[in-house]
Amino acid sequence: MENIKFVIEKSARIDKLIDALYEKMPEIESARGVLVTESYKQTESLPIIRRRSAAFAHILENLPIVIRDNELIVGAPTVAPRGCQVFPEYSYEWLEAEFDTVATRAADPFYISEKTKEELRKAYPYWKGKTCSDLAKANMAPEAYEAFTVHGIFTPGNYFYNGIGHVNVQYDKVLKKGYRGIMAEAQAALNKLDVSDGDFVPRSNFLYAVIESCEAVIHYARRYAALAREMAKKEKNPTRKAELEKISANCARVPEFPATDFHEACQSFWFVQMLLQVESSGHSISPGRFDQYMYPYYKKDIDAGKLTLEQAQELIDCIWVKLNDINKVRDAVSADGFAGYGMFQNLIVGGQDIHGMDATNDLSYMCLEAAMHVPLPQPSISIRVWNGSPESLLVKAAALTRLGTGLPAYYNDEVMIPSIMARGLTLEDARDYCIIGCVEPQKGGKTDGWHDAAFFNMCRPMELVFSNGIDKDVKIGPDTGDVAEMKTFEEVYNAYKTQQSYFIKLLVNANNAIDAAHAARCPLPFQSCMVDDCIARGKSLQEGGAIYNFTGPQGFGIANNTDGLLAIKQLVFEEKKVTLAELRDAMNANFGYGLSGAAAERVTGDIVRELAKNGVEITDGVIRTVYEEVTTGNAMDPDKKARYREIKRLIDETCPKYGNDIYEADMFARDVANTYTKEVEKYKNYRGGIFQAGLYPVSANVPLGGQTGATPDGRLAFTPIADGIGPASGRDVKGPTATANSVAKLEQGVASNGTLLNQKFHPSALAGMSGLTKFVALIRSYFDQKGMHMQFNVVTRETLIDAQKNPEKYKTLVVRVAGYSALFTTLSRSLQDDIINRTEQGF
Amino acid sequence: MSIYDTQGRIFNIQRFSIHDGRGIRTIVFFKGCYMRCAWCCNPESQEYDIQTMMENGKEKVVGKDVTVGEIMPEILADVNYYRRSGGGVTLSGGEILAQHAFARDLLRACKENGLHTAVESTGYAEFEKIQEILPYLDLYLMDIKHMDSAKHKEYTRAGNELILENAKKIAQSGVELIIRTPVVPTFNDTAEEICAISKFAATLPGVKEHHLLPYHRLGQDKYTGLERNYSLKDIEPPSKEKMEYLLSVAEESGLRCQIGG
Repeated sequence: MENIKFVIEKSARIDKLIDALYEKMPEIESARGVLVTESYKQTESLPIIRRRSAAFAHILENLPIVIRDNELIVGAPTVAPRGCQVFPEYSYEWLEAEFDTVATRAADPFYISEKTKEELRKAYPYWKGKTCSDLAKANMAPEAYEAFTVHGIFTPGNYFYNGIGHVNVQYDKVLKKGYRGIMAEAQAALNKLDVSDGDFVPRSNFLYAVIESCEAVIHYARRYAALAREMAKKEKNPTRKAELEKISANCARVPEFPATDFHEACQSFWFVQMLLQVESSGHSISPGRFDQYMYPYYKKDIDAGKLTLEQAQELIDCIWVKLNDINKVRDAVSADGFAGYGMFQNLIVGGQDIHGMDATNDLSYMCLEAAMHVPLPQPSISIRVWNGSPESLLVKAAALTRLGTGLPAYYNDEVMIPSIMARGLTLEDARDYCIIGCVEPQKGGKTDGWHDAAFFNMCRPMELVFSNGIDKDVKIGPDTGDVAEMKTFEEVYNAYKTQQSYFIKLLVNANNAIDAAHAARCPLPFQSCMVDDCIARGKSLQEGGAIYNFTGPQGFGIANNTDGLLAIKQLVFEEKKVTLAELRDAMNANFGYGLSGAAAERVTGDIVRELAKNGVEITDGVIRTVYEEVTTGNAMDPDKKARYREIKRLIDETCPKYGNDIYEADMFARDVANTYTKEVEKYKNYRGGIFQAGLYPVSANVPLGGQTGATPDGRLAFTPIADGIGPASGRDVKGPTATANSVAKLEQGVASNGTLLNQKFHPSALAGMSGLTKFVALIRSYFDQKGMHMQFNVVTRETLIDAQKNPEKYKTLVVRVAGYSALFTTLSRSLQDDIINRTEQGF
Repeated sequence: MSIYDTQGRIFNIQRFSIHDGRGIRTIVFFKGCYMRCAWCCNPESQEYDIQTMMENGKEKVVGKDVTVGEIMPEILADVNYYRRSGGGVTLSGGEILAQHAFARDLLRACKENGLHTAVESTGYAEFEKIQEILPYLDLYLMDIKHMDSAKHKEYTRAGNELILENAKKIAQSGVELIIRTPVVPTFNDTAEEICAISKFAATLPGVKEHHLLPYHRLGQDKYTGLERNYSLKDIEPPSKEKMEYLLSVAEESGLRCQIGG
């Protein structure tokens, strides 16, 4: 039998909780949207920070509360399970426009009642011109706004439309001091101020706002205490009655006061976690090192004999279920990019403590066990790995990986710690890092990381080299000359760098414009009271209150650009088999192939509209003819078509590809990655910090690939771009060790906002204890070579294809998408295809 | 001439092999074999000549002449994985003893680089050849397919006398030896046949393990690709229950037995 540590039986309660959570389609509720509007109308004379705390208090005073059947940990932002509230102060037009389609769209549908629509329609007019998004747009340079909205070179849409989130707060501080203690801290800071201080006004306003927010949270918990007390009175079942009484006692005590036992600590944790997501719509509110800050409460109860392992596990499992009770509606385009109702609440176990010793404890194992008991997308569970990580923890993690939910993600302390130290963290802080959202490291409780600042599609500047900066008939990029006239490979490569650097500049402008808008319109006093040094500095996170401030935009497309540039080097300049003009024409003609799917429909539509404009009468026959030509490429001159296909064949079959352990190709990929990472890190952000690049696309490589024409690596137009820092889909043919060796050659530490390597395995690769230990060895070996992150999908291709055909049979099939896990059947068809096509390793 | 210049003929180098022995391994497949086992899942390994076969509708050349020095970089590329997993290099085939000088020098180069070395071989060759490779070998995975020489010859083209004789000598040399038996229905899947092999293995000094490898059909398409007839078409792989029964039979010998490598 396999020897896996901490195998604890799942309580019957857990499956009941899960079933109840997934009974219905998630629903949009109006309460918060209406309440925030009411409050804002009353507070127009106040400074923004106090309007924020007043609105937060008004919401928590009136938000409907609910205790669900069988719950031990209570508190939900919506009455409906997995429902979501709305946040009109950030933006609202997109949702109003999608009221009638949001329930039926392909990615992440939400039910919305007519009554809710009605209430929101009444609230929305107040926000015209007043949202964070409105100000962000006004702040932005017009060319940056165009590059993002019209040309899709990059997209900072996440923070343009929504809250920031992406933070790990001081849960430990709330557990230890309670909000009463934090209010005292704010009061002490207030007492130190003098009314004559130059900055008295903003500082005192911030501190008042903190106190008001904490008071609101305490009051909200008391509402739960009262509700539980009422329910207990009516409850006939003595077991449940006792549970409700304990819930009531818990909520009467925490989070106002310090937690005195493990159950209280769990409840206190949950209020913090949930309410951060009521204050703002920012996602990736990450619990971080849960096994560390919860451990003292667990240990004390276990030692005192007050708690059994089974009880502790049940409470942790309950938190796991609750983390799936929080949801967020995004616009249809973003929903494609973040597909799978992603909330990205990242919880990490293991790794080193601040002294550099191994920090693994019982809870590290029990969190992995919880992820087995509750096979749902939340939380994103991560594990820190270093030379001192116990094998038993990694074997348990591998056993979790084998379940095929894509969890956990593995992180390498030995790369992360020096990488973030190079960004100015102290050694102790660096050792205490956790992961935010998908793959982004930060020192919790001291950082405003702005980790998912934007996605930058590195394939677009490459396209612009071939069009000399023209996109959609408009000159948007710098003049790099006619590509057909370029005489050396270096000229081509430099043109790419020139185009890319220009758009990085615009990206920085866009990010800082949005950053300034959040500071002005949506500072967050509640979140800020749990991150140092906001209270001492008297300013919110959004205004630069954190000790460490970063902005992290993600580049992707390294594999495509590497393969493409290597093909140009070989075929154009070394072998002289193809000219740059020919390659450009071949790319414009999609290498002689037709388009398919949504891209074919879109292009057909464009052509038909163009024909109509030129006076052609549009009949079904015309549309059919155009569509046929678009999908087959038949209208093309046959000689040209054959030549373009031959060019693609030469690229596909004769040129080296990144990801196959070919030293020269991999080192070139390293250089290509550095063209992005080392350019981004030159810039400063609005909060007094710096930019740091990440290299991962979440799932944006699919929708943004859908807007990108054919590329010189032979990738066909509008197909997905390579995922993460991995090789382009299907081009790594030498197995997982070769892939890992290739990827390890990138300078990953420079991408201190995180990197991502997905690998897919067949379950047979992890069979038995020997399979698990070999899998652990694979991870350790990749990490020996300075790999930063690795994650796995363990599911057969046949299973995924069957799930596409019979989604009803696979409602809870969770797969790793990109930095997070999602329900497979909720993903768009093209993303499903992309996951299926990722090379399946293991034979 | 250095050992790195020794030439041999191989048809594949398979990295990240995790179902064939200890740890993560790289397997170098030698081309050419003395025997013609009916169930062979690598029929393209049997001929020494370089061949063309059809694979997924495309022509593929099977076989390549390489030197030790040429293939060492690919073997060493995964050295981290060997170290972390307790893996290493396995020479397989074909029959590696058909190219014993290449096998010897390749193993020696691996040892010089600190790698764990193994061979999969039936030991069907003059013992002098085996003796040359033993100094550079950590583990000999030896096939013993049948104790009855006539039946052995009928299904593999060779009798078993030399194999059994060599097994004793290898065991005495002190190199770790594991006996493996492909369990093939109609050939050797009775309790008596397996029991006989296991008993023999137990008499070999130092041998502690006997592995039973269930017959599979994954190589069948390759016969078509080589335009050869697959004589075991109608044979079903042994059931799990059958394998477990045979395992219990083998275990009576007192050896540590397992299903699969």
